[in-house]
Amino acid sequence: MDQLIIQDLHVSIAEQEIIRGLSLAVPKGEVHAIMGPNGSGKSTLAKVLAGHPDYAVTSGSVLMDGENVLELAPDERARQGLFMAFQYPSEIPGVTIANFLRAAVQARLPEGEELEATDYYAQLYKKMDLLDMDRSFTSRSVNEGFSGGEKKRNEILQMAMLNPKYAVLDETDSGLDIDALKVVAHGVNSLRGPNLGVLLITHYQRLLNYIVPDQVHVMVRGRIELSGGKDLALQLEEKGYDWVRDDISEPALA
Amino acid sequence: MVKENAPLDIERNLGNFAYPETHTHDAGTGLSEKTIHYISDVKEDPDWVREFRLKALRTFLSKPMPTHWASKDLEAIVFDNIRYYLSGGTQPKRSWEDVPDDVKRTFERLGIPEQERKFLAGVEAQFDSEAVYSNIKKAVGEQGVIFVGSADGLKHHPEIFRKWFGKVIPTGDNKFSALNSAVFSGGSFIYVPPGVKVKHPLQAYFRINAENFGQFERTLIIVDEGAELTYMEGCTAPKFNTATLHSAVVELVAMKGAKLQYITVQNWSNNVFNLVTKRGLAHEEAEVKWIDCNIGSRLTMKYPGVVMKGRKARGEVLSIALAGDGQHQDTGAKMVHAADETTSNIISKSISIGTGRATYRGLVHIPKHLKNCKNNTECDALLINASSRTDTYPAITVRGTGNSVQHEASVSQVSAEQIFYMQQRGLTEAQAMSLSVNGFVNDLVRQFPMEYSVELKRLIELEMEGSVG
Ligand SMILES: Nc1ncnc2c1ncn2[C@@H]1O[C@H](COP(=O)(O)OP(=O)(O)OP(=O)(O)O)[C@@H](O)[C@H]1O
Ligand SMILES: [Mg+2]
Repeated sequence: MDQLIIQDLHVSIAEQEIIRGLSLAVPKGEVHAIMGPNGSGKSTLAKVLAGHPDYAVTSGSVLMDGENVLELAPDERARQGLFMAFQYPSEIPGVTIANFLRAAVQARLPEGEELEATDYYAQLYKKMDLLDMDRSFTSRSVNEGFSGGEKKRNEILQMAMLNPKYAVLDETDSGLDIDALKVVAHGVNSLRGPNLGVLLITHYQRLLNYIVPDQVHVMVRGRIELSGGKDLALQLEEKGYDWVRDDISEPALA
Repeated sequence: MVKENAPLDIERNLGNFAYPETHTHDAGTGLSEKTIHYISDVKEDPDWVREFRLKALRTFLSKPMPTHWASKDLEAIVFDNIRYYLSGGTQPKRSWEDVPDDVKRTFERLGIPEQERKFLAGVEAQFDSEAVYSNIKKAVGEQGVIFVGSADGLKHHPEIFRKWFGKVIPTGDNKFSALNSAVFSGGSFIYVPPGVKVKHPLQAYFRINAENFGQFERTLIIVDEGAELTYMEGCTAPKFNTATLHSAVVELVAMKGAKLQYITVQNWSNNVFNLVTKRGLAHEEAEVKWIDCNIGSRLTMKYPGVVMKGRKARGEVLSIALAGDGQHQDTGAKMVHAADETTSNIISKSISIGTGRATYRGLVHIPKHLKNCKNNTECDALLINASSRTDTYPAITVRGTGNSVQHEASVSQVSAEQIFYMQQRGLTEAQAMSLSVNGFVNDLVRQFPMEYSVELKRLIELEMEGSVG
């Protein structure tokens, strides 16, 4: 079965180990949630999967449908079907959403093949409607002057346009009001299917009411310490992370 | 996707590729009265032109180099080694097959029309513009527009030519305008009669020949009352086989209520000193607009200016400079307000890549006795690498009350996070860079005519491919 497999991953930045032996498998077709306290390394994991140059993978492996992802440049990973929705998306002044996405879609076509403009716009408008986005957004510069919620919605729009095999969504729910949360959840749900695996990083159980996960993992200090079904999120909400921390045996801390 | 290696970098070195040439007229190296007489004899100059040249030569020799604001690099110019006049007999002895493949590929990727490629590569001395542009040429001719080479202009239209020649930019304006005045050849002369609005932009291409792309072009354009014209020179293709010193003078005159827009897009090979003086004179309610795009060269010094002489005249300079590795773009604008209610606008964007250096120099002058004059200046610099450099030297003298000046400057850097974000969407590092840079100049480029903006975009792509590992 196709899956994204992370095995015994260790990651450091500035001599400091942040991911400390993390293992996780997300089969295609499933949605896995990762929850965990601030600073536990969730965004680090997302960025390492995407190939951010600042982080050093000291050991372990990441396989996407059997292929060693760690050997690929960030843009190669993306074109192979790995998508990441950023917790803090960058602004690109002067580059419109329409042009940016067009370049991204074009980058996935075989050499020499030109994107058909009318098809592209038809597709773009369809996805924007799905996410309840005003069409005027296409001519705005990417993320420039966007509200927090608009940025998150724009990330999901890109995901919808790029048809990834695996998507890592880093706190796509934070900063969204309740209506926007529903819209974004609806967007993600409509992309769910046998050809997409999702890793959903969130702090709030609320999101998981709308995007119901197949599994929930709890990350503490750079490791998955606990995994379970969707009910695990409810337990966490009730008891807090200390409950997981207490659960961790002493030797792990040594 | 197969990534091509950096064609621009390669061909910049190839930019020096030269074929053996023989010329029927060659003034030899060095500059003296003899050189001037040689040029005047060959060109069959009228006496007043010969006198003009000789006087200019004396001015040139007596003037110091503009070291007070120029780069030290100017000292590298050895005037005695330069050939000041070459013409005729340049039947090319080379063929398209001799042009290196990289150069051909660059033309292709820039989308340079087939007919123009051969001329640009120096394979053909004459660009056969007749076939391509004869319709437009005929149309403007019927409207009474004069569009000829400057040599034709001074011989056949002296009544208009002499009235304005050397008036907007006097010989002694600077050392290089004096040099041009002494040895000029090539360039255009255009006269648009009152009320005539020329629909299509006129291009230097319409009447191009080897001399046009010469070192010391002299262009004079007069747009009479209420008339309108857009003129374009240059193209984004790198120029091959060019001399190392290029020193042009361009004078524009917009009579009452006239509108004149002058667009330059130039891409020099990186051994060239490009020292150009450009100025327009705007009469009452007239508008002179320079759109200037400088790419390549070792050193470019160019500060297009507008003298707003009549009430409500408008001057505008929009400029983009791209300084690649080892290059210095020293560009800017001069706005001289000389009447009430005149307004000027300067928008300058520069991009420095590698060890490239972009300098902005602006001069805005509004004397005390004037009322209700306005200037707006914006200059934005983008640095691509840590070794890139930019400087801004605005000189603004505004006296009197009731005049307003606005000045904004910014320096930004392409951030690693921004590039990573774009790479995460599937763009290569080079594609991400070029998208960022295109975004930076986007609002300016939108004001360019369509074909230029497309070419410019491609050119930035090529430059960025060359700049990343
Ligand atoms: N570039 C960096 N330089 C130094 N330290 C870093 C860097 N990136 C992350 N860290 C550190 O690594 C740890 C994990 O950070 P990370 O952003 O992955 O946490 P997180 O789980 O996403 O937290 P949050 O829930 O607050 O988003 C933190 O202690 C953080 O300060
Ligand atoms: Mg985070």
